[in-house]
Amino acid sequence: MGVSPLRFENVTVKFGTDVVALDNLSLEVAEGETLIVMGAAGSGKTTLLKTAMGLIKPDSGRVFLFGEDVTDKPESDWFEIRSRIGMLFQESALFDSMTVAQNVAYPLLNQKSNKTPRDKMEAAVRESLRFVELEQTMKLSPSELSGGMRRRVAIARAVVTKPPLLLYDSPTAGLDPITAHTIMALIIKERDIDNTTALVVTHRYQDGNLVANFRYNPDSGRLDPAGKTGTKTVFILLREGRLVYNGNQADLEKSDDPYISKFVKRPEQAAA
Amino acid sequence: MLDFLKGPVQAIQDFFQLTGRALRNVTRSPHYYDDVRIQMDKIGVGSIPIVLLTGFFSGAVMALQMGRALGQYGQTGRVGNVVSIILVRELGPVLTSVMVAGRNSSGIASELGSMQVTEQIDAMRALGTDPIQKLVTPRMIATAIMLPCLTVIDDFIGLVGGFLVAKFIYALPALQYWSTTWRALVWNDLGQGLVKPFVFSFVVSLIGCFYGLRTTGGTQGVGRATTQAVVAASVTIFILDFFIGKFFVSAGSS
Repeated sequence: MGVSPLRFENVTVKFGTDVVALDNLSLEVAEGETLIVMGAAGSGKTTLLKTAMGLIKPDSGRVFLFGEDVTDKPESDWFEIRSRIGMLFQESALFDSMTVAQNVAYPLLNQKSNKTPRDKMEAAVRESLRFVELEQTMKLSPSELSGGMRRRVAIARAVVTKPPLLLYDSPTAGLDPITAHTIMALIIKERDIDNTTALVVTHRYQDGNLVANFRYNPDSGRLDPAGKTGTKTVFILLREGRLVYNGNQADLEKSDDPYISKFVKRPEQAAA
Repeated sequence: MLDFLKGPVQAIQDFFQLTGRALRNVTRSPHYYDDVRIQMDKIGVGSIPIVLLTGFFSGAVMALQMGRALGQYGQTGRVGNVVSIILVRELGPVLTSVMVAGRNSSGIASELGSMQVTEQIDAMRALGTDPIQKLVTPRMIATAIMLPCLTVIDDFIGLVGGFLVAKFIYALPALQYWSTTWRALVWNDLGQGLVKPFVFSFVVSLIGCFYGLRTTGGTQGVGRATTQAVVAASVTIFILDFFIGKFFVSAGSS
């Protein structure tokens, strides 16, 4: 058991004087664990990820990454820290002025500790795009891709450096159920192949359910039920910047809290 | 009252912080020479058509009006004299800068604004590049190099426009026009004619970047940022023009 890749201690983030995005939030993610972050719009899910990435500075509290206190690091030190974290942004955030291949190669070119010699670059980019099954799109520009494909390219860009911690901001938002399932399958595949720690922000309970109960089968390329061994998945629920639930799936489904039950589809409800 | 002032003062402070960081990055690695080259092409070469058109017609109009005004004193022959002084000292630098502000401050603000609202700026930071180093500094360097060059082109084509009016409307001999334009100019004129666009180039690029990077509120915010950038850049150019002009007028008379 190594050090925790991500730990928040009483973190508060404010926008302006009166908007509190995160309110005294404490949490810890264990190595190899997947944290499913749920909550209504504006409950602070994206802020949580951006604070973990150092894109937003907390007003109070401490943030630890890989055991190191990074709260007061200057921006110049953050570039090195961020090279160990991959992030999928909500709207993919691919660079419009570059091709798909250039987008995926971007961290390999610009992150000091991931600097790759030119001859190995193409192989790395190709491998990462093969992982999301979009090898044929290398020369296209992002605007020529569909929403789901853009999301997959963004995943390829996030995992190309093989970071030990991955942050997914609403990977399935605005996608049809089939594409959403494809994206979640990729996230599970990434977890089971590279054993990465991840935070997955979502408002769909079935996404969390999928991550918690299924495993990637490398032989068939499909998802199989995880069975009794299960997966290391923890659920948290945010409400107006406060943590209202932190625990496993079984307890989450048992909860009587009206806010929680709005998000959780219990098995009997799902069947009905 | 204090709350009312807080916003503008904060904005000015932010602007100077951005300026400071952009200038500091000039000497710091990594250098994005490719981006500088691309921006020089976009801002410099791309602006040549509008600079040619505005330059030509501003010179022609100047000759037209001055020819008539000077004619009242029987001095139509000195048209070249007046056109060259006004063009090189004032009209060339200011018109070029305002045209480039209209074209490029808006372009920069909308490009960076769109990147901001689609989280591409955050993605850039997440993927190991400083957006100021990668986006702001190359635009600043490219504009600082290209705007004085564009002004020289504008001045020259303006003199040509003035010449055509002088020759075909006021029937002045070519030699008289060109020798008076040449003799009218002193080093002081050339100095302010080149210092101005150099200073204005920072206004054009940095105000565009500033409004672009602080865009909020989706696509509507991008439109707002674009408008604000053009207005702020143009007004600032006119204000600075007065003070630089004042400095050179004092220096020239002593």
